[in-house]
Amino acid sequence: MFDWQAVYVIWLRDMTRFRRDRSQILVSSIRPITWLFFMGYGLSPSFKSSTGSGGYTQFVLPGIVMMAVLFTAIQSAIGIIWDREFGFLKEMLVAPISRTSIVVGKAIGGMTLSVIQGTIVLLMAPLFHLHISAFGWVVSFLIMAATSFGLSSLGITIASRMRSFEGFGAIMNFIVMPLFLLSGALFPLKGLPMWLYGLVRLNPLTYGVDLLRGSLLGLNQFPSALSWSVLLIFSLVMIAAAVWQFNQTES
Amino acid sequence: MAMIDVEQLQRNFGSLAAVNGISFSVEAGSIFGFLGPNGAGKTTTVKMLCTLLRPSGGQARVNDFDVVRQRDDVRRSIGVTFQDASLDDQLTAVENLRFHAMIYKVPRADRERRMAEALALVDLSDRAGSIVRTFSGGMKRRLELARSLMHRPAVLFLDEPTLGLDPQTRRRIWEFLQGLRRQHGLTLFLTTHYMEEAEACDRIAIIDHGAIIVSDTPVRLKERMGNDRVQLETDAPEALIEELRSRTPVTASHQGSIVSLSVPHGDQFVAQCLPQLRTPLRSLQVRKPTLEDVFVDLTGRAIRDEEAEATDAMQTFFRRKR
Repeated sequence: MFDWQAVYVIWLRDMTRFRRDRSQILVSSIRPITWLFFMGYGLSPSFKSSTGSGGYTQFVLPGIVMMAVLFTAIQSAIGIIWDREFGFLKEMLVAPISRTSIVVGKAIGGMTLSVIQGTIVLLMAPLFHLHISAFGWVVSFLIMAATSFGLSSLGITIASRMRSFEGFGAIMNFIVMPLFLLSGALFPLKGLPMWLYGLVRLNPLTYGVDLLRGSLLGLNQFPSALSWSVLLIFSLVMIAAAVWQFNQTES
Repeated sequence: MAMIDVEQLQRNFGSLAAVNGISFSVEAGSIFGFLGPNGAGKTTTVKMLCTLLRPSGGQARVNDFDVVRQRDDVRRSIGVTFQDASLDDQLTAVENLRFHAMIYKVPRADRERRMAEALALVDLSDRAGSIVRTFSGGMKRRLELARSLMHRPAVLFLDEPTLGLDPQTRRRIWEFLQGLRRQHGLTLFLTTHYMEEAEACDRIAIIDHGAIIVSDTPVRLKERMGNDRVQLETDAPEALIEELRSRTPVTASHQGSIVSLSVPHGDQFVAQCLPQLRTPLRSLQVRKPTLEDVFVDLTGRAIRDEEAEATDAMQTFFRRKR
């Protein structure tokens, strides 16, 4: 029997905090939007041939959406370290709810925020002459949700292991940036050196980027069924890891 | 009935036994105090009783539920106020209470009423909608207390409930806690290193280095010490001790210029003995034995040594920074 009410309450708290701190959403939108404009227009002239008819700006848009999703998912999961630091984690741990429902609530919270953040970037699409149909929006939401659930769970797994913020820089440098750079968000996969191509294929984010690019531009490299399967398996493995790791937590 | 029953409870951190096979029980409806210096194992014990830490050995039952095997039943039975704040300080007072009510499954129909009650109980009704970050340390503590009572626990755990608070707030919180016990028959388990708080308990256990040294009522513990304390301040402590010994068979020792005596009836002793003394005195003090004396007698040191003071100051400092 799974305690959905507890999951809902944990999720609701993250949403309340998010609504409270609305300036945060602007601040976190600045990074992907600057990337979008400067990378897009800056590199456009160099990528004439392999990025489709819409040019590099259109090509990179789904990548940057996924970047926003990735950063938000990890950042919100890292909130667990804050909760530990400021004591609120104890309020949750001493309550008559399972550790599993705390983790699932947190993962769904991270997923929700990621989808919101990704959507803000996606709203820039018309500026690059990319028009998204109603169906396109629905599929995009699903892709962002499927990708960010696993990423949030990954973040929770890491945060459950960490006792302080000292390791935060290491996480950004050794996990978040490689995930982003090796996802094909910024470059097409055709003609990559084998070692790089191998790494990109191992990265679950690659499949989220590819699905979104396929849905928006029709430029996917992998069959959708494969990508969806990878995202599903990634989500299941990561949420299991997060639950297991968080259950080791003693306060 | 015993609300808390602990047998041979043990918790090791590596090779260190933070709690070393302690046993005690707490009567329902009583106030039980854990008295000991920092690092004695008080918080570790509370965390085990609250299901936050797994015992390395032994058994503990709270409200007749096992703290390892029936964790959720224990959690439903207890309210906890931790040593460090455990509020979400980006949320308002009401939002913190609502989170608690929902996660403890307080029926929706009761929720708003209990939240209002809780706030009124600790005089925070007018700050219901304020963000907790803007609260003082005392207000936060009061809010936490109110929150820990919302799901009507059978026993309330308070880990250093008044640490780092000013005397006025401390007194208020105490009056509040004693009122709860009187009106609702709530069992209180608290840890402290303030002697005056320990005095107010029905029963206390003195804990040091992870072991309970003694457990009894404060009155009986003090009676055990028997004699009154007489302290005489003089410029010539050794001469004074010499002179006292020549008159009455008395045990005396001195620290600097203070000579301390332990005598059955301090006031009579002073009245009879003093007029005859030839060594000049600067001041004198007669007092009944305190729990501090009990503690010093049993452990050989004062409870609030310098180290404890430093830790306190640090905690207060960090709390303020947040």
